[in-house]
Amino acid sequence: MFAFCDPRTVEGLAWFACYLTTGKHIAFYWSFGTVLLLLAVTAPLALAFGFAGAVAARARFLPLRLLGRTYTAMVRGVPDIVFFLFFVIALDQAIEWSLHQIRCPDWTEPIRTGLEFRVCPQAKVPPSAAPQGVHQLYGFALAVFTYALVFGAFAANVLHGAMRAVPRAQTETAEAYGMSAAQVFRRILVPQMWIYALPGLGNLWMILIKATPLLFLLGVQDIVYWARELGGMKTQAFDYPHPDWRLWYFLALLVFYLLFTKLSEIVIARITRRLSRGQATMAGEDLRRAAA
Amino acid sequence: MTRLILSAAALALLAGGALAQDVVRMGTEGAYPPYNFINDAGEVDGFERELGDELCRRAQLTCTWVVNDWDSIIPNLQSGNYDTIIAGMSITEERDKVIDFTQNYIPPAPSAYMALSPDADIAGGVIAAQVSTIQAGHVAESGATLLEFATPDETIAAVRNGEADAVFADKDYLAPIVAESGGQFVFVGEDVALGGGVGMGLRESDQELRARFDAAIQSMKDDGTLNELLIKWFGEGVATF
Amino acid sequence: MSCWDTLMDYGLRSVGIGERLLPRSDFTLCQQFVLIGSGLIWNIYFGVLALFCGFFLAVALALARAARAPLWRKPAEWFVFVFRGSPLFIQFFLAYEVLTLLPRSGIDIAIGPVSFNIHTAWTTRAWAGALFVLFLNTAAYSAEIFHGALRSVPKGDIEAAEAYGMTGWTRFRRITFPTMLRLAWPAYTNEAIFLFHATTLVFFSGFPAWQQRGDALYYASYFADKTFNPFIPYPIVAFYFVLLTLLLIAGFGLVGRRLNRHLPAAGRPAFRFRPQLLR
Repeated sequence: MFAFCDPRTVEGLAWFACYLTTGKHIAFYWSFGTVLLLLAVTAPLALAFGFAGAVAARARFLPLRLLGRTYTAMVRGVPDIVFFLFFVIALDQAIEWSLHQIRCPDWTEPIRTGLEFRVCPQAKVPPSAAPQGVHQLYGFALAVFTYALVFGAFAANVLHGAMRAVPRAQTETAEAYGMSAAQVFRRILVPQMWIYALPGLGNLWMILIKATPLLFLLGVQDIVYWARELGGMKTQAFDYPHPDWRLWYFLALLVFYLLFTKLSEIVIARITRRLSRGQATMAGEDLRRAAA
Repeated sequence: MTRLILSAAALALLAGGALAQDVVRMGTEGAYPPYNFINDAGEVDGFERELGDELCRRAQLTCTWVVNDWDSIIPNLQSGNYDTIIAGMSITEERDKVIDFTQNYIPPAPSAYMALSPDADIAGGVIAAQVSTIQAGHVAESGATLLEFATPDETIAAVRNGEADAVFADKDYLAPIVAESGGQFVFVGEDVALGGGVGMGLRESDQELRARFDAAIQSMKDDGTLNELLIKWFGEGVATF
Repeated sequence: MSCWDTLMDYGLRSVGIGERLLPRSDFTLCQQFVLIGSGLIWNIYFGVLALFCGFFLAVALALARAARAPLWRKPAEWFVFVFRGSPLFIQFFLAYEVLTLLPRSGIDIAIGPVSFNIHTAWTTRAWAGALFVLFLNTAAYSAEIFHGALRSVPKGDIEAAEAYGMTGWTRFRRITFPTMLRLAWPAYTNEAIFLFHATTLVFFSGFPAWQQRGDALYYASYFADKTFNPFIPYPIVAFYFVLLTLLLIAGFGLVGRRLNRHLPAAGRPAFRFRPQLLR
């Protein structure tokens, strides 16, 4: 990084300046971006899954309703970590298996021999010749999908509850205006439910943040992976040998998470205030009084 | 227009498929110096990196490196996320049942106990080992109390802080740690020979790839470059071919 | 070997009773079910004890948070912030590192180099160290739930108690506390489920497994490693946890019904699992 960085000669502060800017540390700093990106992509996707789940759980069509209910109940009963341990491999194989059926209809060799899973080369995702970046992106996408699926089940719970919490009088009024069921859903129920869903969704966001250290289980090189890797004792085989420093690296992660959750709390409080305006809730009433 | 883009993408994918035989993805752990580790530039480095690159050159293959957790390194090979395991993996009967190995590129090397004092109780004391290694299996059968950790680093830390009486691991992994500890760590007891040396792991169906690597390893054994490499990374005392 | 023999040999393996060596070859489905079920003992141990001890600390913390004196309020707020604001995974790891570092220096002075790890060794064992972390963790989350419930206790209830001449401890014991508990119960049920799920992290991060005695997930990953097939052991863990979750919901439902038994039947909230997601 710096011109004066020769691992054999630098000492003291300069040593640290050089040590903290090695390629490995830069990768560590980028991995914070990975975590933030995961959160940014997963949150809306999980919300979409949750919305679909909640709508399915309310459906009049019985099989659809059962599907929605099972989805929310099943994922809630199983610890997320257990789910992560086998789901990603399963998902990966499912994708390749489907592609295999489409692209190689006349492939004769068996896909499964013993424990081995082998599809034709055209069905490999991503193709094995693809650059490493593509593989990492694919791994990241699988992780996002898995997180979204798990947290979508939680979100479905929250949204389902929120839809039930919208005062009946509001939907009744809409019906009296002659709106169809779909119109009531689109114009009244969905816009009005957010204030009831917000406390739950806010909590869910916090849970999601605190679940990100499990990302390394899904094969993504995240901050926990790098903290372990960098903190571990380094012998003379490395440019910057040092004893076991994992405690300090993990303390840094702790501070990162504390700051991040605190910041989230503040932002959520702001949004709640914003959404409460004009609502038939206690908070909305308080805002009205304060303004009057 | 959309169709045009789509078919272009499909072509690209097919082309990728055709090339697939020539690009080999090498899976490693990246946490076991000097076998394999992530260097300060953030790249895979170590004995196996240098060996692997040389083998690929001789076998005329293009190779890329992939880092995977030790725990799931075999399932991910079988699932096709990479094509070889080159991660200091000892050839054992158990593993040979589910995957195939090339001939060994490190001769059967001793495992050793390392402790803080020479009179540590390795027969009945608490012995740390990395989870799901042949060393962990050996300790479980030996009558000592097995303490398992996810990474090799943690096993060393456990001995240093008194959690375990000794650590049992590949001697080549422990040697630099003993050498640099300034007398803090010592080897205890006899070395134990485990496994059939270290080889590359491949899927059982990849016989052609295995043959190519086998031949490359043989040629490195024949012209003595493998021994040079072993001495370069593991020091003078290492077992050679 | 029949499945019954397997049960005899490995049913209590996770607590050190029965066959010493784990199965090493020819793995059967029965072995996987038995050993993973045996590991579940640890999950239940951690969950039940942490929940039980955490309950009392949580009530104390909730009261401290509601106190006016900053001397009480501030420490409680910080405690809750630190434990709710950071991932349990990292808490486990730090706790293990700290537990292995701190006591040893103390012991060095006291006893000398010969028997240096005897007296503090137990704190780094999962059964003590991890339990301690889980206890503090659930106390922080439950304190937040109870604090919220405490603030929602109807003003009228307190006024009525005062009219009866109840003050201080009596009022708390007979009015405030039961009402708080009743209001907090659905969310607390949810916290209990989360806590039991969190116990799977114990052997996965930080704390080492001692003599191959581990929790359900530890044995599942043992089998996944030996059979090279993750698609059997992990779903077995999932299956056990679905059962455990159902049991928890039923158990907490019974308590919830008892807490609400004085209310008229129609107004009584039908106890439905409606998570408030306070974790």
